[in-house]
Amino acid sequence: MPKVLRRLLLASPAVSLLLAGGVAAQTRDALTIGLSQATGTFHPNIESMAAKSYILGFARRPLTAFGPDWRPLCLGCETFPTVENGGVVPETTADGRPGLRVTWRLRDDLRWGDGRPVTAEDLRLAWEAGRAFETGFGGAEFYRRAYEFLSPDPRTVTLRFDRVSFDAGSAGTFEPLPAHIERPIWEANRRDYRSRTAYDTDTTNPGLWNGPYRVVAVQPGAGVTLERNAEWRGPAPAFRRINVRVVENSAALEAQLLAGQVDMIAGELGLTLDQAIALERRARGRFRFAYRPGLTWEHLDLRLDNPVLADVRVRQALMLAIDRPRIVAALFDGRQPVAATSIHPDDPMVDPSLAPWPHDPPRAAALLEEAGWRPGTDGVRRNADGARLAVDLQTTAGNRSRETILQLIQANWRAAGVEARIANQPPRVLFGETLSRRRFGGAVLFAWISSPESVPRSTLHSDEIPVEARNWSGQNYPGYADPEMDALLEALPQELNPERRRPLWARLQAMTHRDLPALPLWHRSEPHIWPLWLDGVRPTGNLSPSSLWVADWRAR
Amino acid sequence: MLGVVARRVPQIAATLVLLSLVAWLAIGAMPGDPISLAMMADPRLGPGDVERMRALHGLDRPLLARWLAWAAGVARGEFGHSRLFARPAAEVLWPALRGSLVLLGTALALAAGIGVAAGALAAVRPRWRGAVDAAALLSGAVPAFWLGILLIILFAVTLGWLPAGGVPDGGGAWEAARFLVLPVATLAVAHLAAYARHTAAAMAETLRAPWITAARARGASEARIATRHALPNAAVPLLSILALDAGALVSGALITETVFARPGMGKLLTDAVMGNDSNLALLALLIVAAVTLLATLAADLAQRALDPRIGQGTRR
Repeated sequence: MPKVLRRLLLASPAVSLLLAGGVAAQTRDALTIGLSQATGTFHPNIESMAAKSYILGFARRPLTAFGPDWRPLCLGCETFPTVENGGVVPETTADGRPGLRVTWRLRDDLRWGDGRPVTAEDLRLAWEAGRAFETGFGGAEFYRRAYEFLSPDPRTVTLRFDRVSFDAGSAGTFEPLPAHIERPIWEANRRDYRSRTAYDTDTTNPGLWNGPYRVVAVQPGAGVTLERNAEWRGPAPAFRRINVRVVENSAALEAQLLAGQVDMIAGELGLTLDQAIALERRARGRFRFAYRPGLTWEHLDLRLDNPVLADVRVRQALMLAIDRPRIVAALFDGRQPVAATSIHPDDPMVDPSLAPWPHDPPRAAALLEEAGWRPGTDGVRRNADGARLAVDLQTTAGNRSRETILQLIQANWRAAGVEARIANQPPRVLFGETLSRRRFGGAVLFAWISSPESVPRSTLHSDEIPVEARNWSGQNYPGYADPEMDALLEALPQELNPERRRPLWARLQAMTHRDLPALPLWHRSEPHIWPLWLDGVRPTGNLSPSSLWVADWRAR
Repeated sequence: MLGVVARRVPQIAATLVLLSLVAWLAIGAMPGDPISLAMMADPRLGPGDVERMRALHGLDRPLLARWLAWAAGVARGEFGHSRLFARPAAEVLWPALRGSLVLLGTALALAAGIGVAAGALAAVRPRWRGAVDAAALLSGAVPAFWLGILLIILFAVTLGWLPAGGVPDGGGAWEAARFLVLPVATLAVAHLAAYARHTAAAMAETLRAPWITAARARGASEARIATRHALPNAAVPLLSILALDAGALVSGALITETVFARPGMGKLLTDAVMGNDSNLALLALLIVAAVTLLATLAADLAQRALDPRIGQGTRR
């Protein structure tokens, strides 16, 4: 053996010890979490981003959230307001319309990180800024409806709404803002508040945070460091410090997990399901893997004004031709529930009698025959005019998982005599132009994220079909229009009794199951990866991130 | 020299202005403005909301008018706000620029040092030529993302000697250096081929020149001939490569930054363009263009200094 090489090999354990020092120095009073998305603004009421929501879950307490069991609950308030407990009171507005009065009682022990109590004034600022359109808060519809703010004492907040809605108790993005810090900034310049808020100019100010942790360092686009909030009066969180590292490339994220640089990967924004399954096969025993089916619904929107797809028999045949159980088994190890409709099987309003469409090629063939599409010599069906049965298929280019799914669907449809032409586009083009301006001609594979019992008005009401005259607003991209559905979507929010809502929901599901304005594929699962020594993380599968319950996390 | 500078600087300024206009129009013409994306995120935005948001973000004005407003701001030293990062664009840019300069600067210095030494060796000792050519071929042919992943698997995942990527949370220069080793090695391997091959070719040609034979005849040693005569002459074409690499220095190395999860200009520029962050994209693009143009000017000046015949023209 050459002398140099021998010396190198002899020296390697010493080098190894020396070089590995940094990684081994991590202790259990710190937790490093890998995320695949960076956050822009840290302001809770401006822009909705999953990464921001996850990070703020450690450092802020919203008024309400959805728990891991998908039931609405209070985090910043004492009792979730309902009609039964008197927190929600139906009333008539000054102009004679039906409205609601909703009251939240703030928790006594909630403090900002500088020691100031969270009060009604912090919510008054959020309401005032939300109603000032030039400030640019999200949830414009919520603030438009909440026409009056009342506060009889510092811990009681009442909003009066000019419309009835069964979910009025959920405060959503109506979150307290520390008025002693933010109000002067907002009042100085409402139009430029978005770029001057202390959440982005002074992010480490303790007074901005009222959760178990507070932000102590920000590396824009690269990560955030959080430390225990001394003013937090709830159960003490286990870790002194939490590092959230942003690694946008999932292969690099996986490498950092295996190398011990990150302890866990958040299921909300981490590896894709297929990557997590592959990793579990290789690293089972080193980490704990949990798969939580969530409220992300993968589907194919169909362009209903396309003469081919306007025929419901063709849509049903396309549905029957897709072998969804096999795709889920092959690509996702069977870990994603095949969808019957957009309503998740765990949603309180799901109709369990409605089964997902089966894979049934003979029935698909019969439906296509009935619709006038006969097999051609090249295997592609043709109608009486000789036109080929062809459908354009699109999804987000660069998303390997979705691209593979489209190829499998293409093969399924080809076997049924349908030619599928794949033309994928970058996400920005697909979402910013093709979908939002209805410039697609066939089917587009993408996902909607919703909350439990979310009324799908924006995707199914005929008023929500994007057209230029309405500035392309709305998300009814297929162009589905049915007066019965419109009536259902208008009646549903106004029914405050859950049991009386149930038949309305059942009818809505039956109609979408039959009419198939979108072909349901499956409900996506979140893959959570934790170290063996971490307990207490409860994936929610809904828009309230698991980080909201960080005080329950424990190191073994 | 001063004449060259006086002639070229206004050209560079005009190029930058034109480039900013073209880039602004191109980014503005791309589908998917911020309002379209906001509409996807908030299904309850009505037509009136959309109209007000367009006015609020200035998107109801013509592209050219928006560029003029942007250019006026730049002239006052205001580079605008980054939509993606919710911070002033310049504030977002500097850490990325610093990251790229450190990463690519180290990698290019290493690549140039090893490449020039290997090229010189191949030229002076022809029996090494085959080995140097083979190494250069290999380093030029290996894709950076593949090499990066291999290095991560070996040194971070299997041996656990070095971090798999990212940047250190603290720990000083030693810790920072540990995080640099793998990405620098990946980039250096990718770049050194060009330096080795050009140095070998240029030096071999110089060593065949009659004046080198004359130097040998006068008794100059081979080491002196190589270092004092051949290498400076071979350096003239190398300066062009260095000037182009200076642009790469600030534009970043997208693949390496992605594989090693390091913040840098390559990823920032891509994210800004794809995320419709015009202010950030424009600023980053102008920095890259300005450095490339200025480095080319510096290379021209250095070449003229090394070889005074350059730029004198042909006299008959």
